[in-house]
Amino acid sequence: MTVRELAQKLGARAVCEPEPDRQVCGCYTGDLLSWVMGRAQADNVWVTIMTNINTVAVATLADVSCVVIAEGAELDEAAAKTAEAKGVNVYSSPLSSYSLCAAISDLI
Amino acid sequence: MADCVRLRYVIDGENFTSAGEASVKVKRSLRQMGFSPEVIRKVSVAMYEGEINMVIHARGGVATVDVYEDRIVIVLEDEGPGIPDIPLAMQAGYSTAPDNIRSLGFGAGMGLPNMKKYTDDMKIESVVGKGTTITMTVNV
Repeated sequence: MTVRELAQKLGARAVCEPEPDRQVCGCYTGDLLSWVMGRAQADNVWVTIMTNINTVAVATLADVSCVVIAEGAELDEAAAKTAEAKGVNVYSSPLSSYSLCAAISDLI
Repeated sequence: MADCVRLRYVIDGENFTSAGEASVKVKRSLRQMGFSPEVIRKVSVAMYEGEINMVIHARGGVATVDVYEDRIVIVLEDEGPGIPDIPLAMQAGYSTAPDNIRSLGFGAGMGLPNMKKYTDDMKIESVVGKGTTITMTVNV
């Protein structure tokens, strides 16, 4: 499944979507960035409530397929610009991390 | 010595939001050189953790990445406070990062353990009051 298909099925809003056709494989959730870098696998969907610019760096380096921001948290403007430039797909959803993971588990 | 490509970056210790720039540049360079995604991920995560550590603890430093055909060697040098107890610092969950860093999502005490996890060899040389040099090797 592509990140765009997943986001549409989740009803998540695209904050930036530079690589919409990227394939999704598995999911990881967490907000402690080193923990995410240590555990998330490449191509995972990463569900988090962290919205600062370091989130984008971690998404790039851990090579996740997309970031889904939970609880309707807003990515700050600098982070959104950087995500676009770095090719990081970011979506936002009003759902909690738990609800998102449960929904993703049903979809992939 | 085999041919190597040397990448060198000055890590700005004042600017926490730009921390990670060097790691992202290294990632891009390695991709252009045709390394596998797994090798690139190992190098870039290990380097990012080191970069963040230098910004949090040591007011920045210098990162040198030597790219050989069969291995990638990352050397991170700083003139920070040094690490008084390296085995303690290596323990997962041990952190001396201040609260403002924790609020950004760092300071979980996983930086050095991640660097060790993602590299095939890691050496820490540190003198309290002088600085720290970390040398990490990822085999290709």
